[in-house]
Amino acid sequence: MSILFKIAWRNIVRNRRRSLMTASAVGAGALAMLLFLGYTTYIFLGMETGNVQRLGHLRVFRAGYFLYGAGNPTAYGIDSYREVMTLIGADPVLRPMISVLTPTQSLMGIAANYSGDNSASRTFLGEGLIPSDRNRMRRWDQYGTGNVFPADLRMSDADPGRGLIGAGLARILNLCAPLHLADCPPPPASARSDEPRGPVNADIAELAGRDAAASRGAHGPEIDLLAATVGGAPNVVSLAVAGAQPQGVKELDDAYVLMHLALAQQLVYGREEHKVTAIVLQLRASGYMSAARARLAALFREHHLDLEVRDFAELTPFYGQVIRLFSSIFLFIALVMGMIVLFAVVNTMTMNVMERTNEIGTSRAMGVRRGQIRAQFLLEGALIGAMGTAVGAVLAIVIAATVNRSGVTWIPPGNSTAIPLHLNVLGRPLLALGVCVGLVLVATLAALLPANRAARLSVVDALRHV
Amino acid sequence: MTQPGAPASVVRLKHVAKTYQAGAIEVRALKDITLEIPSDRFSMVIGASGSGKTTLLNLVGCIDTPSAGTVEVCRQNIAALDDDAVADFRARNIGFIFQSFSLIPVLSAYENVELPLLLVGMPAAERRWRTLAMLEAVGLAEQARQQPNELSGGQKQRVAIARALVKQPQLVLADEPTANLDSATGAAIISLMRRVQADSHTTFIFATHDPQLISHADEIFAIRDGELIEHRTVAAP
Repeated sequence: MSILFKIAWRNIVRNRRRSLMTASAVGAGALAMLLFLGYTTYIFLGMETGNVQRLGHLRVFRAGYFLYGAGNPTAYGIDSYREVMTLIGADPVLRPMISVLTPTQSLMGIAANYSGDNSASRTFLGEGLIPSDRNRMRRWDQYGTGNVFPADLRMSDADPGRGLIGAGLARILNLCAPLHLADCPPPPASARSDEPRGPVNADIAELAGRDAAASRGAHGPEIDLLAATVGGAPNVVSLAVAGAQPQGVKELDDAYVLMHLALAQQLVYGREEHKVTAIVLQLRASGYMSAARARLAALFREHHLDLEVRDFAELTPFYGQVIRLFSSIFLFIALVMGMIVLFAVVNTMTMNVMERTNEIGTSRAMGVRRGQIRAQFLLEGALIGAMGTAVGAVLAIVIAATVNRSGVTWIPPGNSTAIPLHLNVLGRPLLALGVCVGLVLVATLAALLPANRAARLSVVDALRHV
Repeated sequence: MTQPGAPASVVRLKHVAKTYQAGAIEVRALKDITLEIPSDRFSMVIGASGSGKTTLLNLVGCIDTPSAGTVEVCRQNIAALDDDAVADFRARNIGFIFQSFSLIPVLSAYENVELPLLLVGMPAAERRWRTLAMLEAVGLAEQARQQPNELSGGQKQRVAIARALVKQPQLVLADEPTANLDSATGAAIISLMRRVQADSHTTFIFATHDPQLISHADEIFAIRDGELIEHRTVAAP
């Protein structure tokens, strides 16, 4: 083996210009693939982190909610949810895995602003949660992305009347000025209505007026939220808007309301039993997901609970779509780079075999076996591949470190604010290793054809070759 | 047939023919050759260019197969061996000296001579002293670390001789080993080969088209148009 290695290595050095060009092609392939891998890793881990911070890893729903609940969230409330949470939180298998266990209530209705001369309303999609739990969830950063958020003090557990709304909804409800929103021009004069409120708006205003006394005292401009209770009766609560929270998707930004769980429950359940639409589990690490999910299913079976568990990827199809899109692009780049490496190495090794035909004949005459000749050229291809890949990998790490320190920012799809660009080349070490090993294998495989040709050469013909 | 009292034959060819296909033309390089080459002798195959000398050496060296007949080298019927076994057989029993030296260009003189010993799996210590001794024997101990491109033609052929002999093979085949050398160097190389042959008792088969070299031979096999036209013992064993 050592003599094979010696001959292979010295031939690489002997044809240094050719070897350098081929290794450069392999290196360029490794560089491109690793940088793109770093970018996709950053995207994947960033998206996962964002989703886990917002949705948790797993959500427990009443059976059927995932498929049908969006039309009527309140109809799928989890009965005795506190007992269910106690059951989950006390489970010895689940307890060490769980970082945050918190209830949440989804709801929809009409949001309206009737303060002063305003007369604006809009259907809203709301979520009720416990503010301190939200703050804890927003600190989850298993992968060290740096996308952690300080505690949002605009909402507090102690003040259920305060909440946040989407920047788009704030604009629609004419709350730009009171909320001091930038980039939020007033509506054109032609769009303003001087007509008296319509019958529905008047009803809301009346309901709000009746309820207002209970909601006064909260900070910030107030809006009224109207929703149908589980019993079908209209109900209104006031929400003190503590701030606007831009959402990445306009449809959501124009309708989003985030409120205290107690307020959401008051709005949709009134004096009925307060339920929740979901129990959120944020785990200490994503790797616990399948184990936690299996344990939850077993627990619910054991206690005859009609509940189902969904993970964040199921709840956000966009996440899966992005993963598949970037994976496809990565595969495409890998194929192109693989082909480039393949042809470069085949070309170089074919030239090497041609130039060393007489040497091959001499070696064979001396008693070198066909397999040893094949191994020698395969080793040569593998060495060129390994050198190119090593240089490409080092360059990728250096370039990634430079970009990461440069402070370049960008706005990813679905985000509303710019975040630092971070190329996470080693974020998925097994995949990065796979890229490197794969390229070396491609280079070795590319050498197989010329190596086989060399091994199959007739000794007499090879010796005759000049 | 070997006569009583004569040295044992290291090579036996029986009705050997070799036919090449050169495009549409069939070339009969060897025609029904039957011969025995005695061991421990300096045999010379002589004939004009294209007479079939190299083809004969290729068959004896087990790097080519006959179209007809049987080739027996060191009492082994070569046709009975598969490709790897033939390669191992060559590694153990046959040394080659080529006209164009054919040294491995990326290996030093020492490494070129050591290579055949690596192929037979000789232990490192024995490999080392044998290699150094062989280089010493051909007068190249000082040039052991030099690369082939740093050696003269004569030195390269000395390395090739050392490489062929270092494993102490039963048979050394030299195909026109002096053709690329000037006459003085060629003569020195032949003298060297004769000396190491005498010292090592290895059978040498030397192919040449140069009639002036006949004086160095113990046995002469003359070939013309693929046929053995004469076998003569010049020097008694």
